[in-house]
Amino acid sequence: MNAILVLEDGMVFKGKRFGASGERFGEVVFNTSMTGYQEIVTDPSYKGQIITMTYTLIGNYGVNRDDTESRRPFVEGFVAKEFSAISSSWRSETSLDKYCAENNIVSIEGIDTRALTLHIREAGAMKAVLSTVDFDVNSLLRKVRAFPGLVGADLVKEVTSPKKYVWEEEKGRGSRYSVVVVDCGVKFNILRELAKRNCRVVVVPAQTTAQEILKMKPDGVLLSNGPGDPAAVGYVVETVQNLIGKVPIFGICLGHQMLGLAMGGKTFKLKFGHHGANHPVKDVHTGRVLITAQNHGFCVDIDTLNKKEIELTHENLNDHTAEGMRHKKLPIFSVQFHPEASPGPHDAEYLFDEFIDMF
Amino acid sequence: MPKRTDIKKILIIGSGPIVIGQACEFDYSGTQACKVLKQEGYYVILVNSNPATIMTDPQTADRTYIEPITPEIVAKIIERERPDALLPTLGGQTALNTAVALAEMGVLKKYNVKTIGADIKSIKKAEDRRLFKEAMKKIGLEVPKSDKAYSLKQAHAVAEKIGFPVIIRPSFTLGGTGGSVAYNIEEFKELAKFGLESSMITEILIEESVIGWKEFELEVMRDGKDNVVIICSIENFDPMGVHTGDSITVAPVQTLTDKEYQIMRDASIACIREIGVDTGGSNIQFAVNPETGRMVVIEMNPRVSRSSALASKATGFPIAKIAAKLAVGFTLDEIPNDITRETPACFEPAIDYCVVKIPRFTFEKFPQADPTLTVSMKSVGEVMSIGRTFKEALQKAVRSLEIKKYGLESMLFPDPGAVSVSQETLDLIYSKLRIPNAERFFYIGDAFRAGMTVEAVHGLTKIDRWFLHNILEIIELEKVIVLNKPNFTRDVLLKSKEFGFSDVQLAKLTGLREEDISSLRVKWGIKPSFKIVDTCAAEFKAHTPYYYSSYDQSIS
Repeated sequence: MNAILVLEDGMVFKGKRFGASGERFGEVVFNTSMTGYQEIVTDPSYKGQIITMTYTLIGNYGVNRDDTESRRPFVEGFVAKEFSAISSSWRSETSLDKYCAENNIVSIEGIDTRALTLHIREAGAMKAVLSTVDFDVNSLLRKVRAFPGLVGADLVKEVTSPKKYVWEEEKGRGSRYSVVVVDCGVKFNILRELAKRNCRVVVVPAQTTAQEILKMKPDGVLLSNGPGDPAAVGYVVETVQNLIGKVPIFGICLGHQMLGLAMGGKTFKLKFGHHGANHPVKDVHTGRVLITAQNHGFCVDIDTLNKKEIELTHENLNDHTAEGMRHKKLPIFSVQFHPEASPGPHDAEYLFDEFIDMF
Repeated sequence: MPKRTDIKKILIIGSGPIVIGQACEFDYSGTQACKVLKQEGYYVILVNSNPATIMTDPQTADRTYIEPITPEIVAKIIERERPDALLPTLGGQTALNTAVALAEMGVLKKYNVKTIGADIKSIKKAEDRRLFKEAMKKIGLEVPKSDKAYSLKQAHAVAEKIGFPVIIRPSFTLGGTGGSVAYNIEEFKELAKFGLESSMITEILIEESVIGWKEFELEVMRDGKDNVVIICSIENFDPMGVHTGDSITVAPVQTLTDKEYQIMRDASIACIREIGVDTGGSNIQFAVNPETGRMVVIEMNPRVSRSSALASKATGFPIAKIAAKLAVGFTLDEIPNDITRETPACFEPAIDYCVVKIPRFTFEKFPQADPTLTVSMKSVGEVMSIGRTFKEALQKAVRSLEIKKYGLESMLFPDPGAVSVSQETLDLIYSKLRIPNAERFFYIGDAFRAGMTVEAVHGLTKIDRWFLHNILEIIELEKVIVLNKPNFTRDVLLKSKEFGFSDVQLAKLTGLREEDISSLRVKWGIKPSFKIVDTCAAEFKAHTPYYYSSYDQSIS
């Protein structure tokens, strides 16, 4: 035993260290995706969270340059049953162990991840500490209970790009349209999907005002995914309010929640959130079901929005929460799930086309 | 969509005899279908030549015919029973072939019998190599490259274009001369000449060889509203060249990144739509070049298959049962997930364990048979095990084979503590690794005992390094156990159990008795825990008692 995970309610898991050493605090959540650990670890939405992979064998195909979702990982900690000792893939450039060590991701393996998952399912997502330096349970419990947690915390300011930049990974793709992406912790694949569709993508820090955005004369504005509580980013919500009616808007995940708040709705916290790549979502208009990638702990309460203006477009078939909405008159729509996938199914990719169609 | 009311009587073609290449999987799927359709109020007529099946039990169908499954006999049954519909996708290949024959004889049209599940056109599209290739081309998917040649000169040009190794298949041969593999131009010259000579029309098909490539399978379901979901992904331990039925297979896939897996998922969805399987399950096989990642489609089964039975047990998702419901008009979002009750069947199972299937051979009963594993299936059955890790599942599966091996035990070294390796032994290991055979995975263990590296074993077997490294870890732990015998520390015993070692195996390795090992376990509180197969990796509450045991460290 050289790593320990202690939950705020006193549950303790002892295991083996993997990756970096240290001590990290966060909300412990579980993700049920069976592939895509690299995309998950590099998704900025996991800022403030310790991820438990429910699939037991992680790291098998190593880590490569192309599957990275952000400039650096922001996740607090990483938990699995067994991390692979070797990487086997023609695309692998480094091992997950090395990657975690170099990027300061504290990880633990060799614990009963199913027991941990069952506990989170029953008791809800909760604060936890992952340590490879302190093994005194009482001391760790004291520390984790003092940790403030995610509700009301503005984590966006920690992950947003410090400067405006133009996405250049997809060079030579042309630039018929201009899209401004408000970076609240954007996943690179959102930018790739837009670039693929002939967009010149300008990424701006979350603090950018509506006035500054409109000055760039974009064809559309995308509100990105991101970590934490949507109610804590009032400044972005205000920006959104000032954009409504002036430009087409597409919101994804946190972007969807902020749009909900901007249009006068409320959000609430789910018991343990949706984190995985197999969530069935029904398109209310076509009746078709999409298998979607999801990663969120908060949710828009659709009943708090004005039904005359806003309509529900997507519904989660597991728990019937709102997964998407649209403004009845203005070119504004948003989804709670991840149409950019990465990791996850491509079923909802067409939403990017719908966004472009609004320009 | 509610269930169809335009049909009342449904004819199901059953599994037929149990033969090498087809065990009881179609009895399982057919029985499920009969039960479901009866429950839904349909009148079910069953034909099966094999009375020793569950599906021919008197309560299973409303009417059961124990008759040969030939188009002529089934035509007579249709004439007599006048079913509204024929469900041919749950009885394996025999059922599909019979359905096609009945359509070609005009019987289905004459008695106005609709095929449900898959129509005749899509069955043909999936089964005919040429039509299938065209269909794949249309949706932008690659199949192994191939071209025909009518002269040696032409053959050379084709082979050069495709690149070695190539497979040479003579067309229309007397006595069925099979294909051959040429690895270089010298071999090719001879084999192409022989191929052209043995073809009655002097024609050979030269095909890109995908032997040694990684092999994958996806189990796909589609409903009448065109919702498509992947039920299970499977990776073969044995690379291309060994029939899937004879391969060790693992679920879910282990060595594909999400990017690659999603490309395969998209391809599977495009494939089931293009082939036109309206409702139900299909199985699609892919080969992936391990150096470049190039993916080709190998084949598609437009029906419930051997792999569907495995996928059902591996995930908890009852493919045959759902396929039957979809065939009569239900859609995936209307059918509840039996296990969670609250969530719908329209989703993709998430599993939180590793599943290993090992085929069971009985070459001892067929002394004349060549025990080399090839593209024709030779196994007579299979075992499946579930563990938290590949190592645990593999060793559990070995025990279930009931071949007096209690884990990954040695073939060549009776005392793993005293491994001496002669050139003769090494030569034997090399040949056992190079040529696929029923015991190959045991010899891989021996290769590591003899000090070979993962790279060397990969070179001989082409088995993915990830699988090989897991076997190496088992052997390395075995060395630690033997080195410290007869003593154990708690840590080593716990790790051994987590790696799937049985008490018997540990007793043999340490010279202790099986009882000694179990008392040690009791003393140190090392006990198995039981975990549920729930389709959702614990995300929702499960209501079905389907458990597997595992030595997973419990919480404190």
